[in-house]
Amino acid sequence: MEYFLQQLVNGVTLGSIYGLVAIGYTMVYGIIGMINFAHGDIFMIGSFVSLIVILGLFSVGITWIPLALVLVLAISMMITSAWGWIVERLAYRPLRNSFRLAPLITAIGMSITLQNFVQIVQGARVKPLPPVITGHFTLMEKDGFAVQISLMQIIIIMTTIFLMMAFSWLIGNTGLGRAQRACEQDRTMAALLGIDVDRTISLTFVIGAALAAVAGLMYLLYYGVIDFYIGFVAGIKAFTAAVLGGIGSLPGAMLGGLVIGLIETFWSAYFSVEYKDVAAFSTLAIVLIFMPSGLLGKPETEKV
Amino acid sequence: MKSKPSGPVSTPFSSAVADAGIAAFIALLLTSLVLGLRTTDTPAGLVLVPRTGLVVLAVSIVFFGRLLLNMLRGKKIPSNLRINTLAEYHSRFFVWARKYSGRIFLTAAFLLPLILLLAERQTGARMPLRYWFDIATLVLTYIMLGWGLNIVVGLAGLLDLGYVAFYAVGAYSYGLLAQHFGFSFWICLPLAGLLAAFWGIILGFPVLRLRGDYLAIVTLAFGEMIRIVLLNWYQFTGGPDGLSGIPRPDFFGLTFKRFGDHTFHGFLGIEYSSLYRILFLYYIILMLALLTNAVSRRLRRLPVGRAWEAMREDEIACRSLGINTVNTKLTAFATGAMFGGFAGSFFATRQGFISPESFTFIESAIILAIVVLGGMGSQAGIVIASIVMIGGFELLRNMQGLKLVFGDGFDPSLYRMLLFGMAMVAIMVWRPGGLVSARRPTIFLTSGKTERDKRARKGEKQ
Repeated sequence: MEYFLQQLVNGVTLGSIYGLVAIGYTMVYGIIGMINFAHGDIFMIGSFVSLIVILGLFSVGITWIPLALVLVLAISMMITSAWGWIVERLAYRPLRNSFRLAPLITAIGMSITLQNFVQIVQGARVKPLPPVITGHFTLMEKDGFAVQISLMQIIIIMTTIFLMMAFSWLIGNTGLGRAQRACEQDRTMAALLGIDVDRTISLTFVIGAALAAVAGLMYLLYYGVIDFYIGFVAGIKAFTAAVLGGIGSLPGAMLGGLVIGLIETFWSAYFSVEYKDVAAFSTLAIVLIFMPSGLLGKPETEKV
Repeated sequence: MKSKPSGPVSTPFSSAVADAGIAAFIALLLTSLVLGLRTTDTPAGLVLVPRTGLVVLAVSIVFFGRLLLNMLRGKKIPSNLRINTLAEYHSRFFVWARKYSGRIFLTAAFLLPLILLLAERQTGARMPLRYWFDIATLVLTYIMLGWGLNIVVGLAGLLDLGYVAFYAVGAYSYGLLAQHFGFSFWICLPLAGLLAAFWGIILGFPVLRLRGDYLAIVTLAFGEMIRIVLLNWYQFTGGPDGLSGIPRPDFFGLTFKRFGDHTFHGFLGIEYSSLYRILFLYYIILMLALLTNAVSRRLRRLPVGRAWEAMREDEIACRSLGINTVNTKLTAFATGAMFGGFAGSFFATRQGFISPESFTFIESAIILAIVVLGGMGSQAGIVIASIVMIGGFELLRNMQGLKLVFGDGFDPSLYRMLLFGMAMVAIMVWRPGGLVSARRPTIFLTSGKTERDKRARKGEKQ
């Protein structure tokens, strides 16, 4: 039981990170109907920018952790958003009205480009970062096995909940959110009604990248080691999460992230670490067989 | 490439400078940290090493490039300097090329060994023949894979991101059958194809109801699952160590070894050369690729091929016309997978060693990129895309001449994938329809057009 609770805590933490990245996939898919393959690499860049900013702040003497974290978050979100924006601008906007596979190919190309760019400029070796946030609380203890939740895990889960709420508010209650939902439903009509579609799409990418930057920072602090390849693995998982939850649906992305995180953690804990990805992917396949539009997705109406 | 300067502009130059300034600022924002500060390992942990020069370089490239673009934009280029528009190309070169491209490619492919041998004689300097054959074989492998995937993606319109799984199934089938039962390449080749087709059907069943991007992610997941299983099932597949010592193919019982009883050179009474084996492999893959091409072209004209294309265009209409979409999808998956399996077992016999490393997602992405960059559904486009993307970048790996330009520390192979990714983006943006963008019209359009043409020519009134 204690072991189970411990895994639950770990799984929810992992699921939160996946969920944040998954939102980026699901938003882009919702608005322009394409798989943004480069999003995982945007997450990776966010992680790298965070690492560089943390090292920079420490070297100039800002070592008070709360201040440092806020600064890292702000700078990392800003720069990662710029990367998200430029990817959309260079690789997707010129192909806005071409056939469905064209932006998919540029997305894969962008993913390869970003991965190799970071590999070249930052080196291929893994980058370790000593723990920045330490400390943990013991939830319960029995027979010498303590269920612990670390401060970092609390921060990750709280941040995710906060961002999810802020984000739902943004989509539901602001002009940008309305514009976004309008573009999702009918881009031509939205444009006719005076919505700047290009700007809305750009902002979608910017928001997605900012969330990916947060996820990247949390990944860095939680695992303490990153390399140029983390984007691919996390990206595939997050995309799986987005599809599992029903692509295009924001609560679905979060739910999917949690499910994938939990499955992975429990599978590693009770069965085998090697096959945790197989377990996650199999769940996806099984869920899609019975619910072809994911857990919370709306079934596509086929119009003739 | 910001949005176009709109509205009346008082001084074009200053606005061009301002626009370039904005672009440079964005470039500064992007590069300042990632490029400008390198994290370096030291005994005391990671430290940052500033590289201001690179950032200044990148930002100034963006600034002046952007400025140049802005100055050129709107200027009429004199017509005698202008590159012929595509329409003009269309009328002359392309019509000719399209008519004869198949024959030219075939002749060139068959005569390539001869051409290379002659080139070696003529230039005197020993060209590394082996190296050229290796590249040609590699390109042909990708052409074959592209043609195989084209059946699934280009004809049936099913987005498959896990094609490499079938490639892996083919390779491992041959490797394992040869290791455990001592089967030869020629027995294993059809078996590997069958097994891959079988796996194609297994994958096909659960995803029958899925469409578009759901299908994409499930096929991607399937590809990753196969790779993970190969990596971790140590007793059966050798895990990360892979399978080694995979036997080479023989030529009607004659081997290409230096010594032995039934050797190729011994039978013909010629001197031994390691080149014969490489040549032989080259012709095997050429034959396999041509088989793929011939089969997919024939299938296209059979009812099942028509059904694939119809399904690509409109699945609902297809179903309402009584086409069994289940069978149609499964046959597309199975046929595509079978050719992937053939290519995989060829890969295994050529390398003599396989490991899960060779079957990562990036391979699937490259094959898909070849299909789409070539122009969906275009057989010739796939050839061009393979030559450009695979051959071109393999050459880049070995261009030592670039060291003279960029200094000694320059390692071209490091930049290969970076340029590969950029080229994927650039080609797609430049020609969204693919290199050979005249996607073959579907059968409906072709027949409609010819019928109409005929009628028009006859002056028939109807």
